[in-house]
Amino acid sequence: MDTIPVEAGLLLAGILFMLGLLSVLIRRNIIFMLISVEIMLNAAGLAFIVAGARWAQADGQVMFVFILTMAAAEVSVGLALILQIYHQLKTLDSDAANKMKG
Amino acid sequence: MKELLWLIPALPFVGAFILITMGGRLPRTVVSIIGAGTIGVAALITLLIGFEFLSSPTTFNQIVWNWVSVGGLNLPFAFHLDALSLAFIFVITFVGFLIHVYSTEFMHDDPGFSRFFAYLNLFVCAMLILVLADNLVLMYLGWEGVGLCSYLLIGFWYEEKKNGDAARKAFIVTRVGDTAMAIGLFMLFDTFGTLNIQDILSGAHQMWSPGSQAVTAIALLLLGGAVGKSAQLPLQTWLPDAMAGPSPVSALIHAATMVTAGVYLIARTHVLFELAPIAQQCVGVVGAITLLLAGFSALTQTDLKRVLAYSTISQIGYMFLALGVGAWSAAIFHFMIHAFFKALLFLGAGAVILLLHHEHDMFKMGGLKNKLPVIYWTFLIGSASLAALPFITAGFYSKDAILWLAFAGEKGNIWFFLAALLGAFITSIYTFRMVFVTFFGVEKTHVAHHAGTAMTIPLIILAVLSLAGGFIELPHNMGHVQLFSDFLAPVLPQISLHEGVESSEWTIQLVTIVLSLTGVYLAYYFYVKKPELAEQVKQSLDGMHYVWFNGWGFDSLYNALFVRPFVFIATINKADVVDKGYSVIVWIAEFFNSLFAKAQAGILRWYVMGIVVGAILIITLGLLL
Repeated sequence: MDTIPVEAGLLLAGILFMLGLLSVLIRRNIIFMLISVEIMLNAAGLAFIVAGARWAQADGQVMFVFILTMAAAEVSVGLALILQIYHQLKTLDSDAANKMKG
Repeated sequence: MKELLWLIPALPFVGAFILITMGGRLPRTVVSIIGAGTIGVAALITLLIGFEFLSSPTTFNQIVWNWVSVGGLNLPFAFHLDALSLAFIFVITFVGFLIHVYSTEFMHDDPGFSRFFAYLNLFVCAMLILVLADNLVLMYLGWEGVGLCSYLLIGFWYEEKKNGDAARKAFIVTRVGDTAMAIGLFMLFDTFGTLNIQDILSGAHQMWSPGSQAVTAIALLLLGGAVGKSAQLPLQTWLPDAMAGPSPVSALIHAATMVTAGVYLIARTHVLFELAPIAQQCVGVVGAITLLLAGFSALTQTDLKRVLAYSTISQIGYMFLALGVGAWSAAIFHFMIHAFFKALLFLGAGAVILLLHHEHDMFKMGGLKNKLPVIYWTFLIGSASLAALPFITAGFYSKDAILWLAFAGEKGNIWFFLAALLGAFITSIYTFRMVFVTFFGVEKTHVAHHAGTAMTIPLIILAVLSLAGGFIELPHNMGHVQLFSDFLAPVLPQISLHEGVESSEWTIQLVTIVLSLTGVYLAYYFYVKKPELAEQVKQSLDGMHYVWFNGWGFDSLYNALFVRPFVFIATINKADVVDKGYSVIVWIAEFFNSLFAKAQAGILRWYVMGIVVGAILIITLGLLL
């Protein structure tokens, strides 16, 4: 069976990561920013899987499990924060939270 | 008995400690008992040790504990007892005890009663450490300790600004001398690798040839320290102002003990001064000039205590003169006799001032002879001793020894002798001027009440000592008693005389006697018989009077030379130029702070942007480097 070349896998991971990063920078809706962060995390996870497959090591998959766990924790905290921000500001616009003045 | 030596400085220290920690809560009787009692017990132990020392005169060294031990420097907290230190601790504890007893009545109505005794006890402790110390650092501890207590006691009535100023002046002026002394100690340590006094004295002859530069420099630096503490030229200006303190303080510190610390220092390190003839000559010159300058100033003072202050400077000048001609034991003898009669005079003056509602001006006193007979008679005895009236007073024998040795001693010369002779003449004039103005004539201020026994008994004891103290040392041609110089002989070398001067001893004594009696008569003539004549003389010598009254203008001179430039520079530098350098650092930090604070605005996407830019920078740098 033909294996997918490593370069292709890493390229896909890189594209996903850049997409996620750009949308974090561009988006103002805070939920979308959270989703974008998840995309970046998954991009990193994909890079681990590809690398693990390339050297036939289990480490890549172990790292992916770690990333999944961390992402779950991050989402739960992030959603709680989003709820709080929505309560306080009645909007999901992240720029509305610029109340800190140094 | 000698093992109890450590108790002598320890007892006053314990007294001071108790009074400092809880003196305010104790009743006055208890404070008096602790304050005077600790010194009394110390004086008793001193007497016991003294008797044992007289029967077996061996030096005794007691290490109390190891104080400092760093590298090659080993400084035990150790006391050294020999004839010289014994003579000093005897005077300190005994005269100190009498003054403490006197103070229990003198200070009785003062709100700072326990504070006063705490300071006095601490002072006695420091002074005892100074004279008992077996190494120079421990001596320096005592040296600074007496300086501190002097500061505290001069400024005892600190509510008045001028008392605080006088205290600061005394502290700062003596500090000049102390610095010189500290440098001298460093040089000694550099040379010997030890600061133990006995090791230095015994090793000095191998280390230096006579007159070498190093030993001269060290001796001059030590002289600097002595000059500061003993109020000699050019650092004498602090002593007259130090009279701002209570009278017992003047008696104890500024007459009997602390100011003689310089005499002690020079006598203790006499080997160094003998190796440095130039420095020793300087000691004599300083003494001779000081005794004349202070004598002339004393002639013009109107404040009773300032007369005594200048006379103290002048008498210590005599001691320095004696040290300068190598008459070591004569200097110590005069120190002891001077401690008796000067303490007596200050206590008497203090009593007069207290009973006349704190009146210091003696021209407003007068006629106290019949009102205060005990004080008058004791004061008269003290004055007679100060003026060295012949045969009965102790001051005659001690001053005669100095005069004779200034002339006949190998290092003496005619100029020293003439200065001392003129000084003796002036001394008897100003002393009896003080007596006649204060106690004779018409009464000008009413006596408030009479002195109690706690004040009169110390006066009487000191008066007896001022008379009888002289008979332990009589000149060659009058009985030839040498108890005191024999006692000191193991520590201090004998003086050798010029060839063939013995025959002139009578002549010199006769001249001295005639001069001092003439001085008394002159004072009587000018201040009792014809007071208006004294006023005329004062008018005709107006300029001179002004100069003398102000202590030869040394205060103005130092004001112009040191104080004003210092204040001027301080005013310019009020904003602190050096501090500006540090302000720049603060300014930079604040600038960056405001910059980064702006970035912390809460805009989430900016944060992410910052992380991205930072990551890119780090990765780029990592790839490039």
